[in-house]
Amino acid sequence: MPYTADKPKPKETSEQLRARIPGWGADLDPKDRPSVPRERTDLVTGAHWEFPERQEEEWPRERSVEHKFLTPVFGTSTPPAGLSGMMRKFAYRYSEGRAAHWLILLAADRVNAWEGHLGSFISLHPDNPVTETGILSEFSGHGVRSRFGRKRADLAHQWIDPAIVAGPWILTGAGVYAIARALGRRRS
Amino acid sequence: MKAMVYRGPYKVRVEEKDIPKLEHPNDAIVRVSLAAICGSDLHLYHGMMPDTRIGMTFGHEFVGVVHEVGSSVQNLKPGDRVMVPFNIFCGSCYFCSRGLYSNCHNVNPNATAVGGIYGYSHTCGGYDGGQSEYVRVPFADVGPSLIPDWMEEEDAVLLTDAVATGYFGAQLGDISEGDTVVVFGAGPVGLFAAKSSWLMGAGRVIVIDHLEYRLEKARTFAHAETYNFVEYDDIVVHMKKITDYLGADVAIDAVGAEADGNLTQHVTSSLLKLQGGSPVALNWAIDSVRKGGTVSVMGAYGPMFSAVKFGDAVNKGLTLRMNQCPVKRQWPRLFEHVRNGYLKPSDIVTHRIPLEHIAEGYHMFSAKLDDIIKPLIVPSAS
Repeated sequence: MPYTADKPKPKETSEQLRARIPGWGADLDPKDRPSVPRERTDLVTGAHWEFPERQEEEWPRERSVEHKFLTPVFGTSTPPAGLSGMMRKFAYRYSEGRAAHWLILLAADRVNAWEGHLGSFISLHPDNPVTETGILSEFSGHGVRSRFGRKRADLAHQWIDPAIVAGPWILTGAGVYAIARALGRRRS
Repeated sequence: MKAMVYRGPYKVRVEEKDIPKLEHPNDAIVRVSLAAICGSDLHLYHGMMPDTRIGMTFGHEFVGVVHEVGSSVQNLKPGDRVMVPFNIFCGSCYFCSRGLYSNCHNVNPNATAVGGIYGYSHTCGGYDGGQSEYVRVPFADVGPSLIPDWMEEEDAVLLTDAVATGYFGAQLGDISEGDTVVVFGAGPVGLFAAKSSWLMGAGRVIVIDHLEYRLEKARTFAHAETYNFVEYDDIVVHMKKITDYLGADVAIDAVGAEADGNLTQHVTSSLLKLQGGSPVALNWAIDSVRKGGTVSVMGAYGPMFSAVKFGDAVNKGLTLRMNQCPVKRQWPRLFEHVRNGYLKPSDIVTHRIPLEHIAEGYHMFSAKLDDIIKPLIVPSAS
């Protein structure tokens, strides 16, 4: 009870737990815990340099303005391209502390998805919503049996999720349509 | 080579890509023999992590065989069987030299708030991941380790993230003998956090989730006491009741950005992306732990703000501890625990999926079908 000084006693003693659970208490001593203390300078990392050699920069690599310079090593997956690439480069003008940085990157992700879908239709490998969503695993993975009668919290909102995700897109489309229509009427 | 590629939210496919090339003298190219889908990969799959680009290959849990090494690599040679921590780190920066490998400052130009992670968006450095036949491994003398001869490959692949992260989460809880530990989330990280809590001397370990089959696993694998939050009007009140109204000494958030259980949080985070993540589990952790207790956060969240109940954390005098796990730092001790039989990582593996069928694997894991807990990905070349 927190209303008195005593701590509630565990249901089982340490001896009982040691007998029941393999390894119980093996790391009881903090000295046996590898991340205690948090910072240690005696670890051997394998690095044989003071500062790593620099990887070649094959295109202007986007980087956080919170970095002094381009890090010596970096990933080269999927360089920025197209409209989404322009948005991403613009986003990197803002620091990581600014919401604008992340919101523009998220918007660029959505634009990039559309670029990918539209681009696929003029390629030899068009997007296939059936195979790419893995939806056929609903059959092999027992979609009905996995969901119903199982007290899953997500079932309460799954039916409305698509409408919420589509909502902002539908509202934006309706807004653009209304503005275009109003402008058309004004001209005529 | 064949590689998984991201095609937009909820869509992935396998494509032919060029085998990665050495881009730095300390790079290695590793032929992947086994990979996994991590629960945090689902945040990418659902389009929640900023700067996740079409065409990227995910996957930060993988093991394989060294295919090629750069000119300055001293510790590895072609043919070596290696396990690769999910962190990419240089071993020499301010943070690495203090053991904070997950906070390396020399590998991620895109952000200073997070280190480098394989296949985890450009926010984590823009590196392709290991759900493919080959992968570029930077700082080959620092990150990878040889897989011990006695260790099974399925155990090794889980040590590259899930086991190490759960074990690290329990350490951040500063568990003392007899402590009550509540773990939110019975996924792989939560299961290993619960199991690790016993290693550190917990007196009682409680696991909370809403998936009955995972709670069953928490009972059998992690010897935990379990509760399905759907069955309670208010899980926080229930936690108080079962701890004689004191609260747990330690709470571990092993859920992260897509926690369910609150419609407003779900809509504003998972659906509309207006938050870095849904902090339902984190808020429950803050409210379930006793005053002066410790909350350890292992769940992954996006870099945007989240509606965390910080006032409660302040007023209760909590210690909040968190970080991405510095995986390699955990390995020597974890190897001992695996060898002694205290931990058997592969016990949680439920599915082994060929790389060609990875889209089905992502859908099943995302929708929690077929009692899935941990899916492994098997490249065809292996």
